[in-house]
Amino acid sequence: MSAKDKYNQPDARGYFGDFGGQFIPETLMPAVQELSEAFDKFVGDPEFMEEFDKDLAHYVGRPSPLYHAERWSRMLGGAQVYLKREDLNHTGAHKINHAVGQILLAKRMGKTRIIAETGAGQHGVATATVCARLGLECVVYMGAKDVERQAANVYRMKLLGAKVVPVTSGSQTLKDSINATLRDWVTNVDNTFYLLGTVCGPHPYPKMVRTFQSIIGREARRQILDQTGKLPDALVACVGGGSNAMGLFSEFIDDKGVKIYGVEAGGLGVESGRHAARFSDGRKGVLQGNRTHIMCDDAGQIIESHSVSAGLDYPGVGPEHALLHEIGRAEYPYATDDEALQAFHDLTLYEGIIPALESSHALAYVTKLAPTMNPDQSIIVNLSGRGDKDMHTVAAIDGMTL
Amino acid sequence: MNALKTTVESKRIDVCFARLQSEGRKGLIPYVTAGDPGPEATVPLLHAMVEAGADIIELGIPFSDPVADGPVIELAHQRAVSQGVTLADVLLMVAEFRKKDNVTPIALMGYLNPIEIMGYENFARRAAQAGVDALLAVDIPPEDAKTLLDPLYKEGLETVFLVSPNTVDERIESICSVAGGYIYYVSLKGVTGAGNLDISEVQSRVEHIKSFTSLPVCVGFGIRDGASASAISKTADAVIVGTALVKELATHENDHAAGCAAVAARLAEMRTAMDQ
Repeated sequence: MSAKDKYNQPDARGYFGDFGGQFIPETLMPAVQELSEAFDKFVGDPEFMEEFDKDLAHYVGRPSPLYHAERWSRMLGGAQVYLKREDLNHTGAHKINHAVGQILLAKRMGKTRIIAETGAGQHGVATATVCARLGLECVVYMGAKDVERQAANVYRMKLLGAKVVPVTSGSQTLKDSINATLRDWVTNVDNTFYLLGTVCGPHPYPKMVRTFQSIIGREARRQILDQTGKLPDALVACVGGGSNAMGLFSEFIDDKGVKIYGVEAGGLGVESGRHAARFSDGRKGVLQGNRTHIMCDDAGQIIESHSVSAGLDYPGVGPEHALLHEIGRAEYPYATDDEALQAFHDLTLYEGIIPALESSHALAYVTKLAPTMNPDQSIIVNLSGRGDKDMHTVAAIDGMTL
Repeated sequence: MNALKTTVESKRIDVCFARLQSEGRKGLIPYVTAGDPGPEATVPLLHAMVEAGADIIELGIPFSDPVADGPVIELAHQRAVSQGVTLADVLLMVAEFRKKDNVTPIALMGYLNPIEIMGYENFARRAAQAGVDALLAVDIPPEDAKTLLDPLYKEGLETVFLVSPNTVDERIESICSVAGGYIYYVSLKGVTGAGNLDISEVQSRVEHIKSFTSLPVCVGFGIRDGASASAISKTADAVIVGTALVKELATHENDHAAGCAAVAARLAEMRTAMDQ
């Protein structure tokens, strides 16, 4: 393949085709440009990347294993399923990868105050963790409803020295916590770094977060070649904003023989309107700094999403996913709450691994995909997080109080 | 025939600033969110504000996620959105206002998504028909504005852009090259309704921006009463006030007439202070 045929996104201004960009008020533009310049400078600096790799190895615990789920594969009766075990990272999910990268960047930029949004609290915990390690002030904005639903994570963040600010506006969930964090950033732009938790937001965030997450794909590629001697036939990952998915996908986009599936949250079913399936039932629009697929009504007002997993409960999606969807490089099916819960129980029971509800959406799609494939084919599923945080949610659905 | 109509109407903002200059006065630009506190409150409110001394009106397009706005104006957006007020409704309100007032310029201020969903060309045509004079889309940077600007220009609409305290010269230049009507200088870092206005800093920034453009430079964010309006109007071509007015509307949420009167009183106080 010649260099010009290689997938090379985004462009210099942060566009993935029509998607992405910097749709932000002028008040934020200088901060975003400063960040963009710093990222470009340090990502090309061997010393910076060496420090990042060292932290990933010794603080996060990388590489994470690629585990052949033999028993579950046999039960599904088709392709061999390999789990990329991001759940084994420090703090229990892939979020720590980009938190470690962004905090190093913040330090290089001389920023002393870190702000972040969080939905379920996983990204907030990852942010509070890296701030504790470097002794930086940390403020996490969290929708008031999520503060109530995720008391354990709120307590974790407080133990780690972070200040958790409940956001009472709008739907009081992830979308509103992003709005609140952007407002803080506009106001305190001089000393503050916004450590964003996914591949959304204005450029350079989608590119930057993907870059820091792409360690997942690089490891997985090496590991599957070691274990099977060939590339996988398919990749499957859940997509909320889409950071764990881009981390895995980004290293395989030019390998046309590898099929790519990003699984959205189907919630109560797409026909119910209560879901977060932006590709099945959304449209092109502009939200929180980028043009992408969003859930909005005919007047352009953002519609509240729904999912049993807080991490997928967002009305927008990373702009690079919108491009991969548009050019047909990736497919974006969905799994409903019920399907994800079934997969959650299956993996727990048959492999002794309790997955996060987010990752369970990817697993749910694998239960449909694997049986259509042959036993000599393989699927890599990104097991993006562990399910400990979801004990209360699943127990409540099963009629128990912990 | 269209060309003639466009030429006449696109001049409302220019005519307004020329009149102000000849009178030796500075402009007063109130902001309210359309449909706040209720859809039927807006048109009477617009007329009352003109009566109280408004020269140009910035009318907010309600949006579910107004990230550049502080808590006061955010709630105004929520009140309007929750009552189902859409961009199409806002255009109807402007058309209704135009039946009695064909002079006072109206700039719509809002976020890109409702305009994007309506379609840029469709929006531009309908806005021009309704009697809108300008658009300030808060979250579209000038670099990306071409696809939006071309249909607006074609319909004779002006495009107002923000300049902030930390905008570098290179960007001021590119903003001024596409802006029309006036430049909106954001007087402090933060969201709408923030505090701590540094008058002398505003003054030097306004003078600096004027070295890039012949457009009027209007100043908003942090102006709340007669004293701050008067101080800023010494240096700016016009002062923009939003949060202080929206607060009055919120206080009188269930009594539109009282809210309208309170806004008018606040504007009249500023007008008097500025004209002294």
